[in-house]
Amino acid sequence: MNGRERILGRVRRALADVPRGDETPYERAVARDYLREHGDRTPAQTLDLLAENLADYRAVVHRTDAGHLAEVVAGLLASRGSSSVLVPPGLDGSWLAGSGVRRVVDRAESTPHELDRVDSVVTACAVAVAETGTIVLDGSPDQGRRRITLVPDHHICVVRAAQVVPSVPYALERLDPARPLTWISGPSATSDIELDRVEGVHGPRVLEVVLVG
Amino acid sequence: MSGTFVGMPAFPEAAREAVRDTTLRGNLRHATHTIRAKRATAVAEVSDWAQLREAGKQIKDHTLRHLDEYLVRLEEAVTAAGGTVHWAADAAEANRIVTALVEETGESEVVKVKSMATQEIELNEALEAAGIRAYETDLAELIVQLGRDRPSHILVPAIHRNRGEIREIFAREMGEWGRPAPEGLTDTPAELAEAARLHLREKFLRAKVGISGANFMVAETGTLVVVESEGNGRMCLTLPETLISVVGIEKIVPTWRDLEVFLQTLPRSSTAERMNPYTSTWTGTTDEDGPRAFHLVLLDNGRTDTLADEVGRQALRCIRCSACLNVCPVYERAGGHAYGSVYPGPIGAILSPQLRGTGSEIDASLPYASSLCGACYEVCPVAIDIPEVLVHLRERVVEGGRAVRDGNKVVLRPAKGHAAERAAMRAARWAFSHPGALRTGQRLASRTRRLHPRTLPGPGRAWSGTRDLPAVPAEPFRDWWRRTHGGGGSALPGTAPGAGTPVRDDAADRAGGRGGDR
Repeated sequence: MNGRERILGRVRRALADVPRGDETPYERAVARDYLREHGDRTPAQTLDLLAENLADYRAVVHRTDAGHLAEVVAGLLASRGSSSVLVPPGLDGSWLAGSGVRRVVDRAESTPHELDRVDSVVTACAVAVAETGTIVLDGSPDQGRRRITLVPDHHICVVRAAQVVPSVPYALERLDPARPLTWISGPSATSDIELDRVEGVHGPRVLEVVLVG
Repeated sequence: MSGTFVGMPAFPEAAREAVRDTTLRGNLRHATHTIRAKRATAVAEVSDWAQLREAGKQIKDHTLRHLDEYLVRLEEAVTAAGGTVHWAADAAEANRIVTALVEETGESEVVKVKSMATQEIELNEALEAAGIRAYETDLAELIVQLGRDRPSHILVPAIHRNRGEIREIFAREMGEWGRPAPEGLTDTPAELAEAARLHLREKFLRAKVGISGANFMVAETGTLVVVESEGNGRMCLTLPETLISVVGIEKIVPTWRDLEVFLQTLPRSSTAERMNPYTSTWTGTTDEDGPRAFHLVLLDNGRTDTLADEVGRQALRCIRCSACLNVCPVYERAGGHAYGSVYPGPIGAILSPQLRGTGSEIDASLPYASSLCGACYEVCPVAIDIPEVLVHLRERVVEGGRAVRDGNKVVLRPAKGHAAERAAMRAARWAFSHPGALRTGQRLASRTRRLHPRTLPGPGRAWSGTRDLPAVPAEPFRDWWRRTHGGGGSALPGTAPGAGTPVRDDAADRAGGRGGDR
């Protein structure tokens, strides 16, 4: 007997006491009387909450409008002193129009060591969650492969107002589970030393979020 | 590495050592109290915590009741997305599968993201025996690995170490494993984290094989979820060419939507955050993004035996948040090592004896490693009634009885060492069902009370070593009652004074409500 049959057989014998058949369908099997979102906010208030929660977990938040985005991004790269910036293949070129920093386009054959030599990365996002201060990347062309937002030490993420949802339930609804997702809430951190939170371990140590709108 | 738990002494002996270690006591007290307060704040922020907790419980219970169906559905979805599913009935089988998969790649080193399941099966030791070096990349796991130590907490395996000890370990050991610690390393947490970053970076960037566990597996979509903080998880999940995930079969949730419950309750319960810094989800493989080969090893290793126990199966709801450890008065004093398992604390006290059986000394003693205060149940985000399961397992240890081991039905013999307790209970049962003997005994006890020792002799010594013997009153209650109330009508229906009580049915019958005169 192989492992699969052995385990499935054990599960079925273990559940001998559980009555089978005529079960309520799963949609009705769980009481979901928890809230869809906590509080009642206007879209503007939701955006404020996102900014507040991102900052609470040490992301650096900048607010601007579409007209000044390129200027803000250029300013961030300059003040960081970056000499190179990784660019996902589908990023809106105008976002970087204000900066003369050398652009490195991510290619399939780029090795982790090559990515490690780039100073910054600029991406869009798929969804942002206000209640938890989270941005979610889904690997779309304007966000690129997962590794490009991981290896460089400085990540600039541009969030448009229409991408902001209030809560985790709304975010899951908008996301496609077939895509590889990365949920980011602040820069990498650890609480492993005396349960004391320290920001900055393996992921980018500086996360800057630009809220547009 | 002294990572093994074989031959662990029973909990009381192990704990006795630990409570004498004042550094350990201080480290644990500081850490658990810090996180305890933070968790309470994080939970208070959401007004529907009780509903989220109940939904989490129901999702897990439903899944466990249909575990065979969801396992098959998960296998289909993972396979359809380009992954390969393996099934491992026990630790040895899982280790064989993983070792063979690594050997197929031709690599002799792997990077690992913290995983309770791989610790449980002692995968690192199995890989080492096959000449494969496994690098732990979680900061606390790194501290444990470099210190040739054992983990003592689910979330923070090095919780028993303070910053000074960690600095010492890094300065001494990092050079043996790769890039040495920077000169003049101090004990500030930020500097220690930086040292770990530098030490591990070269390993991440060259890694070809990654090994992980998972917090959740979604049956509907075949998606795996890893919740972490440091980014070492992302490194292990995305940079290598081959990814092997070893996951307990109970980690399934039916639908994508179910994550809306656990992604709210897990971070707040474990690190007391609204959301942990990084959560990765992946479904099979993705072209040009992440590993080209993905293997999922589904692990039983005692989980189906646990599932067979109608009371004990609720332990399989556990999402490994470690909130129960942080509030436990026993854990806070004894520390994680005394539990003799990778699962310490209250959840470990009910999980280890079920996953491994109650055959060994340590496992038979674990259900007693609790004061039954119930704080663990209160904080549990999936409402596992840990005290209920502890009492149930105590009964199993003392009385023996039917259980399932390695998929087979067995009848367990009562554990040794409880003979005196059983004899005392038998004597009590006899005395309570023989009113004359009880009366005589009680009067004798009252008259001789000045002669009673303050501790019990013989096998009772251990019991009275930590407890005061109850003082025997000068006059038995029944005699007092007859003397003070005996003249008039009895206040207690059915107990005619002086006539001897009409109890012939035993205490159990009365407790069952069949007494009729209550």
